[in-house]
Amino acid sequence: MTATASAAQDTATRIYHHETEHAHPEGSSTLLGFWIYLMSDCLIFAVLFATYGVLGGNYAAGPAPKDLFELPLVALNTSMLLLSSITYGFAVIAMQNRNRRSTQTWLLITALFGLAFISIELFEFSELIHEGATPQRSAFLSSFFTLVGTHGLHVSFGIVWIFTLVTQIAKHGLVEANRRRLMCLSMFWHFLDVVWIGVFTFVYLMGMLR
Amino acid sequence: MMNHQQTSFLLGRLGLDSLPLHEPILVATFAMVALGGIVVLGAITYFRLWGYLWREWFTTVDHKRIGIMYMILGIIMLLRGFADAVMMRLQQAIAFGGSDGYLPAHHYDQVFTAHGVIMIFFVAMPVVTGLMNYVVPLQIGARDVSFPFLNNFSFWMTTAGAVLVMMSLFIGEFARTGWLAYPPLSNIAYSPDVGVDYYIWSLQIAGVGTLLSGVNLICTIIKMRAPGMKMMQMPVFTWTALCTNVLIVAAFPVLTAVMVLLSLDRYVGMNFFTNDFGGNPMMYVNLIWIWGHPEVYILILPMFGVFSEVTSTFCGKRLFGYTSMVYATIVITILSYLVWLHHFFTMGSGASVNSFFGITTMIISIPTGAKMFNWLFTMYKGRIRFDLPMMWTVAFMLTFVIGGMSGVMLAVPPADFSLHNSLFLIAHFHNVIIGGVLFGLFAAINFWYPKAFGYKLDPFWGKISFWSWVIGFYVAFMPLYVLGLMGVTRRMRVFDDPSLQIWFVIAAIGAGLIAVGIGAFLVQLVVSYMKREQLRDTTGDPWDARTLEWATSSPPPDYNFAFTPVVHDLDAWWDMKQHGYKRPLTGYKPIHMPKNTGAGIILAGLSLITGFALIWYIWWLAALGFIGLLTVAIGHTFNYKRDFHIPAEEVEKTENERTRILAAQG
Repeated sequence: MTATASAAQDTATRIYHHETEHAHPEGSSTLLGFWIYLMSDCLIFAVLFATYGVLGGNYAAGPAPKDLFELPLVALNTSMLLLSSITYGFAVIAMQNRNRRSTQTWLLITALFGLAFISIELFEFSELIHEGATPQRSAFLSSFFTLVGTHGLHVSFGIVWIFTLVTQIAKHGLVEANRRRLMCLSMFWHFLDVVWIGVFTFVYLMGMLR
Repeated sequence: MMNHQQTSFLLGRLGLDSLPLHEPILVATFAMVALGGIVVLGAITYFRLWGYLWREWFTTVDHKRIGIMYMILGIIMLLRGFADAVMMRLQQAIAFGGSDGYLPAHHYDQVFTAHGVIMIFFVAMPVVTGLMNYVVPLQIGARDVSFPFLNNFSFWMTTAGAVLVMMSLFIGEFARTGWLAYPPLSNIAYSPDVGVDYYIWSLQIAGVGTLLSGVNLICTIIKMRAPGMKMMQMPVFTWTALCTNVLIVAAFPVLTAVMVLLSLDRYVGMNFFTNDFGGNPMMYVNLIWIWGHPEVYILILPMFGVFSEVTSTFCGKRLFGYTSMVYATIVITILSYLVWLHHFFTMGSGASVNSFFGITTMIISIPTGAKMFNWLFTMYKGRIRFDLPMMWTVAFMLTFVIGGMSGVMLAVPPADFSLHNSLFLIAHFHNVIIGGVLFGLFAAINFWYPKAFGYKLDPFWGKISFWSWVIGFYVAFMPLYVLGLMGVTRRMRVFDDPSLQIWFVIAAIGAGLIAVGIGAFLVQLVVSYMKREQLRDTTGDPWDARTLEWATSSPPPDYNFAFTPVVHDLDAWWDMKQHGYKRPLTGYKPIHMPKNTGAGIILAGLSLITGFALIWYIWWLAALGFIGLLTVAIGHTFNYKRDFHIPAEEVEKTENERTRILAAQG
């Protein structure tokens, strides 16, 4: 059969509308949309990383990373966040097993790890400020506090979201909308983990080498 | 200079002296705006329209209505931005030979800053977003966008940003820094007043809206296309909208971040862009242009789409080189990220860096040139109908080529060293923005107006507007090329050399012609409304057009299409017409639609309050506003019932009415 013949046949039988309603189920674009949003958020971090890259060596005769960073504390902090990612994974597995109680429990455990992370970070910040290493001291410290602080704000927002979601699961169960939200929050949470690995590597580890 | 720094707990640094009572120009403007506002609000109250406006417009999630509201916002702000332009042209035309003109320096500086900010953020962005919002879902055969509530929220955030800019006119002042607010000038040491804070927060609030609408439209185009519509069968306007929204999502976060850094400098005393403690102002300039250059393509790409649709419709031909058009758009999208440094070749980054950015800049003219030839070849041997949209398109092609060529001149670093910051640059970018975006806007309005409102726009007043705009543009901006080549720099308030005056006077006359063009456009809207019965479009396809938005009635019903169309070819509606497609007359089904919600306008209102409080250091109000924002946003997520079904009977009623009208006109 030649191409023209099949085209002619195709033309004769062309349907120009569906008789039944062609529905886009509600929320069918949500995961894609949230992913695109996350990538835009990633660009905000990219700008902060770039700023740290450019200004991070400008100590203005003030303290440098070696004088300030305590790697054991940061290691503890990092482990909190990594563990929270694992527990979030368990929450997703529990959701897929339709186990409402266990989903909520794992979510709350995740939030606890998140809170631990934030507390350690706040402790670190207050130590730095006590030593006189304030965000105003030098461009290096401005960009350090902003990069790490922005990540911390994201984690705090994620914790608020976890509590909201746990309440919503209590109210409505693991309905489709809640499952979707849980997956969005999952992307958000793991994304913050990945960003933190960048912070840990470029700010703390490489800072100690400078 | 520091007179605003006395702060109180209750009102922050806001006080009676924040009101510009000593400036007659502002007081008169305020009186006029207040009078106009009272008349409008009174009329709405008198005709009992508040309920209607709230239910049908403010809370709507219908992409068509949101699109129209974006356009209205853009056109209102165009009047404000243009008023600023006229003030500048007048000032520069008379401030010679020892005359100080009529604008004091601190006012003049606000005027040129506000003009740039308003024209880009609150005119061009809303009209571009509004067009995409209105047209894209119809072109791809969808019922709405992916996230209808988000769409409403985005619109109100953009509006909140615009309101904040307008407030700065009467409460305090706007930035005096130029439209990109370069530090160290914009930093707290040199701009301690509220101007830059107004700038920051209006852009931040509007930026949230822009970013979310970008995400929304990308998802809509990727996920909501009618069955059968492959990517390479999407209308060109939809393609350009996709690329523009990719640019928005990839560029606006940079603006958000750099504004955050500037606020941290200003509010907390950090040292990103200061002159000491290791800060680096050029970091700001780099970052803001990493956003800023893609931004100009965000504005122009959709207009390239408009011109493509218009050209193929009014030449009665399939667009020449559809594939190359799509690839040219994608190439521009990518290249627009590799040219930012050409805005400051004079930074001193050295010959190799400047050469790289000079060359990438020149390369962009290749895909743009390819587009020009595609339009020309579409016109070649076409049956061209010179209706208004086509007239605007031809004017665009002539004007934009001139602007493009002056752009390539600026892209040569050695030439740029003498042209940098001169009026040559001003002439260049007005050449491409007016010749491209504005002309595109008017082509689009004249093209899609009958779709949106059910009647065509009056051609007589349209032509007056067209000729005034086009001639006015050349009269206003060609003198600036001359002045720029003579070395006159931008943003000057007074001049010493009397031989320059004649060029500024000519430019002012040009601005007057453009004013006639804007006036004629407004008259065109009114006259068309009064003559709407004569201009009525009963077919839904008044231009014998090619894409799906013309397959439904004018204006389209809430649900856009009674049956989701199936696409087999590029120019789907043309294909349907060629194959003698018959509208189905029975078998309607209930249609699943999103429900209206007031959450968007409330959230934007709270953002506005929070932004205002932050500008004036009213910390308690800022905290309250922020808590309110969180509460309403979280509260909104507890609403799980966001959709409803339009019953089949109602669809049938609407469609039968259309059948009757179609039958009546034969």
